[in-house]
Amino acid sequence: MAFLEIQGLAKTYRGRDGRPFTVFEDISFAIAKGEFVCIIGHSGCGKTTILNVLAGLDEASAGVVVMDNREVAGPSLDRGVVFQGHALMPWLTVMKNIAFAVKSRWPDWNRTQVTLHCQKYIGLVGLTGSEHNKPCELSGGMKQRVGIARAFAIQPKMLLLDEPFGALDALTRGNIQDELLTICAATRQTVFMITHDVDESILLADKILLMSNGPGAVIAEVVENTLPRPRDRHSIHHDPQYYRIRNHLVDFLVNRSKLYQTGELPRPAAPQVVRPGVEPAARNAEQRGSAGRAVANIVHFRH
Amino acid sequence: MSGTDSLRAAMLSLAFLLVLLGIWHVGTLPKEQAASANDEYAKLMGKGAVKTTGFPTPAQMGETARKHLTDPFYDKGPNDKGIGIQLAHSLGRVGAGFLLAALLAIPLGFVIGMSPLVYRALDPFIQVLKPISPLAWMPLALYTIKDSSVSGVFVIFICSVWPMLINTAFGVAAVRRDWLNVAKTLEVRPLRKALQVILPAAAPTIMTGMRISMGIAWLVIVAAEMLVGGTGIGYFVWNEWNNLSLTNVIFAILVIGLVGMLLDLMFGRLQKLVTYVE
Ligand SMILES: Nc1ncnc2c1ncn2[C@@H]1O[C@H](COP(=O)(O)OP(=O)(O)O)[C@@H](O)[C@H]1O
Ligand SMILES: [Mg+2]
Repeated sequence: MAFLEIQGLAKTYRGRDGRPFTVFEDISFAIAKGEFVCIIGHSGCGKTTILNVLAGLDEASAGVVVMDNREVAGPSLDRGVVFQGHALMPWLTVMKNIAFAVKSRWPDWNRTQVTLHCQKYIGLVGLTGSEHNKPCELSGGMKQRVGIARAFAIQPKMLLLDEPFGALDALTRGNIQDELLTICAATRQTVFMITHDVDESILLADKILLMSNGPGAVIAEVVENTLPRPRDRHSIHHDPQYYRIRNHLVDFLVNRSKLYQTGELPRPAAPQVVRPGVEPAARNAEQRGSAGRAVANIVHFRH
Repeated sequence: MSGTDSLRAAMLSLAFLLVLLGIWHVGTLPKEQAASANDEYAKLMGKGAVKTTGFPTPAQMGETARKHLTDPFYDKGPNDKGIGIQLAHSLGRVGAGFLLAALLAIPLGFVIGMSPLVYRALDPFIQVLKPISPLAWMPLALYTIKDSSVSGVFVIFICSVWPMLINTAFGVAAVRRDWLNVAKTLEVRPLRKALQVILPAAAPTIMTGMRISMGIAWLVIVAAEMLVGGTGIGYFVWNEWNNLSLTNVIFAILVIGLVGMLLDLMFGRLQKLVTYVE
């Protein structure tokens, strides 16, 4: 069994007309330990809801989430969350915001231990010198960095990020992406991240889940990111794989994500695993080689 | 820039004060002359005291103020105590009633704010009790408590409980979902969550409630003490009115205003202390 298993997840709300309104259904996927998984889909398809269910902050209408062989039922220090709106407590300094989390994780630690530990993670996100500032004295990027440091500082088994860089300008976003890449490489952190930025997902993820439009959204495909690591934001697009993957993702978002609703594309029983980065010729060879493996039999790539 | 602005405002305030004192002085001048013409008559009548000759002049006021301020704590029996002693009695009652109200209202407000069910259950009671003038409780208080001083404390309690209760409930209910979710994902225990997340988050709203309560309490204490008598600044005003000493009444009015301002200033400071910028 994989580190994190999601099976048959569904979320249904009672609509205003009394009829049930299904946001998503049959969501099944798995995340291995140390894997970085991004999920992409149009706004409103239920990404945040899935993340909240994984965090234990929301309950699914059906399905189970199992982490480390234990069913997820409620929030836990094992899963750190970086919230979309940073969610820092404005009355606490940077140091105290992180210390609040650290003390929750290790209640027995003395003040020196807590401070040293916080200091380490403040350094990791490049905020040394701003420890004693309040959030209102920080830029948007710095606030989000504090949020990330807070989540990393409790050393969770898994990290959940909800569009953490959505509100940032391109330059800041790039810098924090680099930092996240470095930290994740160093800590082998397991990450589940929502993003609407295709390039961000290619830079960071091992696997990219493509979610179709709701209502009744499903995970249509799992894109394996075959770009080799370590990846560098400035040279990544020189790799020929980059645009193949990027085109595949954009094509899904623009053309295919809405076709699952209307039935123009069949809803997959299980999401298809595709590797658009690999050259078509190589992929065909691979397809012949490993018969059992479902690879890229997508309309777009049929010759 | 703001430095010169506040200096200008201060100058203007001073000018207003001088104009006011001038008008007062001129307004009371002719009466004083008329009074001096009747001086002999007044002496004959054995009523030499200036205070009965009509509305006091600023000079007389200044003299009275000086007398009170140089000896604020004298105690010559039940009807003649220094202004400091009277103030201390009033402040004591306000402090006690306010503190009791806070001890009830803030925890109860927490519960109401956190539980929509409790909120809806208690709402009718609050809606009916809130608009009752605190003085309307006085007979009931006197009958059950049988002590005028404690009844005063009760009236302060009952008038300051509502703003604190309502503001606490509102502040607690309005705590941002994000912060509560942070506490949840960190498995923070309920007591720690209440003290370290909800309390600081709701503190500005709670403090606003406390400031409003204190303002109302200081308004009500004067009326309450006039009603029950005995001690306090309100009783002092009533007593001096019975003595027909307008200078003392005016002096007491000024003191009530000043103390009220200081109390509000103090709560303003506290409010600033707990306010955060998002
Ligand atoms: N309390 C609710 N009642 C009804 N519908 C809801 C409720 N909360 C969320 N939804 C619906 O769930 C859908 C998914 O929301 P969300 O998970 O935030 O999407 P995403 O993060 O992908 O943009 C939205 O279409 C929204 O309308
Ligand atoms: Mg969302």
